[in-house]
Amino acid sequence: MTTIDVTPDLSTVPRHVSLADTVQQTMTMAWRATLKMRRNLEQSFDVVIQPLLFTAMFAGIFGGAVAGSVSDYLPLLIPGLVAQSVLTACIATGTQLREDMDKGVFDRFKVLPISRVAPLAGPMVADMLRYLIAGTLTFATGVAIGYRPGGRVLGVTMAIVLGVLAGWSLAWIFTWFGTIGSSAQAVQGYSIMVMFPLTFLSNAFVPADTMPGWLEAFTKVNPVSHVVTALRDLANTGSVTAEVGWALAGCLAVIAIFAPLAVRAFNRKM
Amino acid sequence: MTPATIEASRVGSEARGPESALAVDAHGLVKSFGDQRAVDGIDLSVRRGEVFGVLGPNGAGKTTTLKMLATLLPIDAGEAAILGVDVRREPHVVRQLLGVTGQYASVDELLTATENLVLFARLQGIGRAEAKRKAGTLLEQFDLTEAAAKPIKHFSGGMRRRLDLAASLITRPPIIFLDEPTTGLDPRTRGQMWETIRELVREGSTVLLTTQYLDEADQLADRIQVIDHGRTVALGTPDELKSTIGGSSLQVQLNEAGDLDRASSIVTRLLDEQAVPSPEDRRLTVALKRSDQAVDVLLALREAGVGIESVAVAKPSLDEVFLALTGHDTHEDQTEEEETIR
Repeated sequence: MTTIDVTPDLSTVPRHVSLADTVQQTMTMAWRATLKMRRNLEQSFDVVIQPLLFTAMFAGIFGGAVAGSVSDYLPLLIPGLVAQSVLTACIATGTQLREDMDKGVFDRFKVLPISRVAPLAGPMVADMLRYLIAGTLTFATGVAIGYRPGGRVLGVTMAIVLGVLAGWSLAWIFTWFGTIGSSAQAVQGYSIMVMFPLTFLSNAFVPADTMPGWLEAFTKVNPVSHVVTALRDLANTGSVTAEVGWALAGCLAVIAIFAPLAVRAFNRKM
Repeated sequence: MTPATIEASRVGSEARGPESALAVDAHGLVKSFGDQRAVDGIDLSVRRGEVFGVLGPNGAGKTTTLKMLATLLPIDAGEAAILGVDVRREPHVVRQLLGVTGQYASVDELLTATENLVLFARLQGIGRAEAKRKAGTLLEQFDLTEAAAKPIKHFSGGMRRRLDLAASLITRPPIIFLDEPTTGLDPRTRGQMWETIRELVREGSTVLLTTQYLDEADQLADRIQVIDHGRTVALGTPDELKSTIGGSSLQVQLNEAGDLDRASSIVTRLLDEQAVPSPEDRRLTVALKRSDQAVDVLLALREAGVGIESVAVAKPSLDEVFLALTGHDTHEDQTEEEETIR
């Protein structure tokens, strides 16, 4: 074994984490998160089962009432469900961060000379895989029960990509909860209280013009509505409309508000 | 770290402490939790290359002190520097100088031993192939090769600690903090851990360890600082410390209670030390500076014809050390578990 130099040359020790190192550390943290996903497949049940269950259920329950028939409802419903299943998958992003922060390994992350943001950003990158599974399975279930997206493969692919990006953006809200909640249960509680209004007070399942005025007004500013409309445009017509731009703008707005909040709260605990 | 970042961030050495700086140099450290002062003005100076033990009961402020020095807890008041680098001003630099092994194994339960080590190596800028090679070497060194591919949750307590220590040594930091490295381990595993720590010291590391066991501090440390209620109560080499509290004690139970006075005066003449008689069980307790004084006492008693029923030599326990140094024993503090302030 080699002898340790007990008088290191301190002038060569970096004083800050470089951007390149931060990216590399974030990707290493993402790798860790995917390893954990593989070890704990139960935690991925939500993104596998929910698209199958909800798609069949919502189509059967609301199809006749909202659009006259199940097949007429599917072009409206499937993009809405993509948004909903991705958003539900985001809840786990926050609760799992909270659980992770309580574990001993976080003490080591804190004491390592690494970027203070990597342990937060890494799992968020890995969770894009979950959003991808949720979005893809929702479309696949839709197709299996008779949905024929007019946007063909390209339109649906673009819709899935938008779904993943929207998931990553909206996940910052839940990540913020993860950094401020006192326990995983508390985080789950906050998250559900936010997730339900965000999805149901949008145009995800019914046309917003059937709602009372004040509700309609909320759905208009709800970024989830814009994401859903953009998903419909992409999947059903294959056209990149202005709504896609609005959806991305809404996502950026969510990031601009919640990412700084989450990073600040997280840094206080790191 | 890449050479480029090292080059870019090169700073003048005048911004850092002198080459002769202490490994750990802290003055007047204070940390409060609510209205309780967990650490109440502790000074600490650890020389390079020594093993320094911080000894104290649960709730004395050992872990809190260590956490402040390791950038894990903000310092309320006081100054601290690692190799001359200010802990508060340059935490990122300090983190590059330290390997920290906590009281609770800070490794990832769901990952295997190899994955854990690769993870920590990659996070510190070591390339993929090199990280795997290093993980392999460390697992071999810490006798964990067989368990390399098993998730940590299946590991025994001793294996976790060893892996935790291995994880602290990936980048060969010059200073290693060990927070109660053997608490909760069985005696055999404890011995293995001691051997590992001695090995580190032979390689030139500076080790700062906390412990609640007097024998552990005695076995490993060059110098010991005893703390209680967040304050320093004693500082010295194990021998100095033991001589202030007395070494072992000899307990002699006599055949006849009537011999107690005579036996006491023999001891006083021999060792210039007052023996403590306890007539109810015909016992005489004699403080010893050296263990071989026990033989002198027994021989003298035999020559004087004092009948002896039984003999025992007891080492001082941490309780006795505390009783001697602080006037109260360790059990009073047991309700203030350090865990509550993590």
